[in-house]
This record gives sequence, structure tokens and C-alpha cells, in this order.
Amino acid sequence: MLRIGREVYDEIVAHARRDHPDEACGIVAGPVGGDEPTRFVPMTNAERSPTFFRFDSTEQLKVWRELDDRDEAPVVIYHSHTATAAYPSRTDIGLAAEPDAHYVLVSTAECGNGAGPVEFRSFRIVDGIVTEEQVDIHQ
Amino acid sequence: MAVEVRIPTILRTYTGGAKTVDGSGGTLAEVIDSVESGNPGIKSRLLEGEDLRRFINVYVNDEDVRFLSGLDTTVTDGDVVVVLPAVAGGQSGR
Repeated sequence: MLRIGREVYDEIVAHARRDHPDEACGIVAGPVGGDEPTRFVPMTNAERSPTFFRFDSTEQLKVWRELDDRDEAPVVIYHSHTATAAYPSRTDIGLAAEPDAHYVLVSTAECGNGAGPVEFRSFRIVDGIVTEEQVDIHQ
Repeated sequence: MAVEVRIPTILRTYTGGAKTVDGSGGTLAEVIDSVESGNPGIKSRLLEGEDLRRFINVYVNDEDVRFLSGLDTTVTDGDVVVVLPAVAGGQSGR
């Protein structure tokens, strides 16, 4: 199960709406071993694409170093799908390299940049196996 | 030339769990060969044919080697090589 604070949830959704129709991406960091996503870190989608995302490599190194310095892990890795469901694609599964992360998918297919409904789902992706998990949003 | 090579979690199965290993060589390609000799199998996770894998980022002294000279990037004593899997995906593949 992913437990996530309302504020962080809202920030992820706002980022996804803002970047629509391009895919938005980022992480939520939290203390190593704590499984608690607390620090929202939006990332640049270097691809600026409606069908693909990739963290900017220079930004990724900087952010990963900050994680090390703060004893944090990327507890959540999120990105949006802007025309399809919030479910990991074959590409997402093939490239998932963090077995301890919660992979959050947000679909803005229905709402676009607007205030309409979004789909927000969370998955574990380990060795190519996708397991959906419950999302518990707390205040 | 001794350089430090930082290994990401997902590749530590090849290094016996070590976060960093020592490498040597005058270019990134030579450093990777030297790391392979002590950690068999790791090279094929970094390279595809003669090139770096598309979704593996390698940095020499914090510079993505794609913006330097790739596998021909010069390394010198004391340099730090960082390997990070790219975070990437998307609704349709390429």
C-alpha cells in the first residue's frame, strides 16, 4: 500500500495537469527505509513529449546526490499518461529500475489541463512483474 | 590510472553488494573493461554492442558522457565515474 499525504498528492496531480499534453514526471523523496514519501521533487521531462518521458540526466544526478546527502530514497517515482490509462506501459515496465519504489501513474486523458477527474494509481514493478497497490491519502 | 566507479543498487548483484569499485584505464571504455574483469557480467548491462545502453547514464566528474566523448571520454587518476539507470518510460514505446 502507498500512504501519501494530501498535499503531496495534490502537487503530483497539479504537475500532471500543468504539463498536459506532455508527460510530467518526478519523485517524492522520503527517509531511507521509511516508506514515507514526504519531499515533492518535480523533474524536467527531457523528452518534452506526449508519449515518453525521461528525467534530464544532469538534473537526475544532482537530485540523486541530494538523496544520498539527506539519507533519502526515491519512495515514489511518478509520471503521467496524457491519452491512456494510469497503468504501466510496456516501456514503463521494461525501464523500471527501482524495485523499492512505488511507481505512481496519473492519467490526464479525461481532464487535460482542466480541473476534471484524474486517475491516480500506484504499482510495484519488480523484474518485469507489475503489482497494483492500494493508495491511502491522509491529511 | 585509478578511478572510483559508483554502482547503482540494481547492478550491485555484480559487485557483491559494493556501492563503489575501483577501475583503471585512460578512457571510459578501458575503465569499464577493468571493472568487468573483477565483476564479470556488469559490462553487458552497461553496453549494447559497442555503445553505452540508451537508458544507462554514465557521468565522469558529474558530466554526462553523452555530452563528452562517450566511451572515448578521457579519465585520469582520481576521477569519479557514476553509473545511474535513467528514469524513463511513457505510454508508448520507441
